[in-house]
Amino acid sequence: MPHPPADPTASAAPVIELHNLTLGYDRHPAVHHVSARIAPGSLLALVGPNGAGKSTLIKALAGELRPISGSVSGLTGQRIAWLPQHSGLDPSFPIDVRRMVAMGLWHRVGALGRFTAEHRRLCDEALAAVGLTGFESRGLDTLSGGQLQRALFARLILQDAPVVLLDEPFAAVDNRTSTDLLALLHRWQRQGKTVIVVLHDLAQVLAHFPLTLLLARELVAFGPTARVLSETNWGRAQRMQEPFDDDAPLCAASPDPQGDAHAHAHPHTPTHTHREEALP
Amino acid sequence: MSEPAVTPFLAWLMTNPLLGPLVEFGFMRSALLGCVALSLSAAPVGVFLMLRRMSLTGDAMAHAILPGAAIGYLVAGLSLTAMTIGGVFAGLAVAVGSGLVSRNTVLREDTSLAAFYLLSLALGVLIVSVRGNSVDLLHVLFGTVLALDDPALLLLGGICAVTLAGLALLYRPLVMECLDPGFLRQVSRWSPVAHYGFLGLLVINLVAGFHALGTLMAVGIMVLPAATARFWVRRLGPLLLMATALALGASLSGLLLSYHADLPTSPTIVLSLGAAYLLSLLLAPYGALRHQRPASSHLKA
Repeated sequence: MPHPPADPTASAAPVIELHNLTLGYDRHPAVHHVSARIAPGSLLALVGPNGAGKSTLIKALAGELRPISGSVSGLTGQRIAWLPQHSGLDPSFPIDVRRMVAMGLWHRVGALGRFTAEHRRLCDEALAAVGLTGFESRGLDTLSGGQLQRALFARLILQDAPVVLLDEPFAAVDNRTSTDLLALLHRWQRQGKTVIVVLHDLAQVLAHFPLTLLLARELVAFGPTARVLSETNWGRAQRMQEPFDDDAPLCAASPDPQGDAHAHAHPHTPTHTHREEALP
Repeated sequence: MSEPAVTPFLAWLMTNPLLGPLVEFGFMRSALLGCVALSLSAAPVGVFLMLRRMSLTGDAMAHAILPGAAIGYLVAGLSLTAMTIGGVFAGLAVAVGSGLVSRNTVLREDTSLAAFYLLSLALGVLIVSVRGNSVDLLHVLFGTVLALDDPALLLLGGICAVTLAGLALLYRPLVMECLDPGFLRQVSRWSPVAHYGFLGLLVINLVAGFHALGTLMAVGIMVLPAATARFWVRRLGPLLLMATALALGASLSGLLLSYHADLPTSPTIVLSLGAAYLLSLLLAPYGALRHQRPASSHLKA
């Protein structure tokens, strides 16, 4: 069976570009006309208030959501390691930690290939890197939430993808674990991977992430973290109207039935909001 | 050459009051062979069914194959070929239809499957009651394990071989599809292959079970061994082995019990599995009793 092109040695991250990207559900935009260029090897935090579209954006980067309009370039054909906020992992499945983690090597063994001694060594190294040595043959159902998150990170290590996308990876994880895992993110960045992480803990962002994208349905600011997370920017982000307005008029730059023609016809400024138009 | 060695054993078997009928009567041998083939394929399928939380899906699919078998019966009478083709076709149609609905709409798998199988079942009941007679209906509902002829045995054997080969091929994607379907979709295109391939295996095993045990009992030999084994072991490999062994054991004991006590065969086989299930529920390490009671001692770390 085919699977994404996999050259295990190639780890060169691509330039990721968002071109006037609009994402959403039922025609309501959750991410509205966002453009950005993410350089290879970035360690980028994606922050914003609840409902700002952070998860939606990262889902689109992972290829799980088709844009309403605009596009993402640089990711087609790329191997991406993605850890969603709520992974569909069934922790009651009767499998041991090593076998679950080993599935991160899918790009090398596929559905039918054999696991070799080298693969086994890689698994053990990945488990050691997240501090789970000794847990190799424990069942998944015996792990705590934080241990399970570490195991998922071990799987990400084995995926060894040039682009890593994480959605709230430290939400249910204690300080020590998140410190360990943050160190891992830095290591990935040093290896040249592009790492994009949705986070809500601003202190963590300030301490560890050189780049930040502040999102409030529209792009509020994007750049070096200290500059992006200013009072003014954060205040602007907080003023976003959270619930969708069912009576909102069509976006002036709404896609015509032919698709994305509007993106070229109506260059759109990111400061524009629909909320104001909808008010009586 | 080896006859002198075999003959005394056969003679002992023949005179053995318990196992004798298995040697003496061709129909008992056929029944045993059919049940062995069915156990080898249906029990592992049942384990994955349980792990995908689709145990009731098995039941729904068993009902879904009814109209196909009924149409086959309408066309060709009690014909193995016609009813098999009809059953497989109806089962696959329901599986693919509900799969498409659940993967492309807001409906979840359970609801979309329920919708399709209820339609299918109503159609089947309609056809059987308009055109069939009650003896045929009993055949469809309870199977004919004591009347398996050579073509039927060949069919069961073939389905067993296809199932085991299919499971070997799909093993890793299927494990991932149960464990973490989102991850599988992310790293490969095997997810739909695993899903529909597995449903295909489920359908052909239900058709096999339907010939041997009838539509109502066919799911029993899938779900009960898996559920019972879950009380005893915690890893996939042992689960598969133990479920298969349980199905084999219950087939043998059910057949013999039904012969000696003159009971209908397929419910007796399923009830043997049921007895194993209830016993395990009480006694097994992960059963109800052991699980409830806190351990009397604990380790230091």
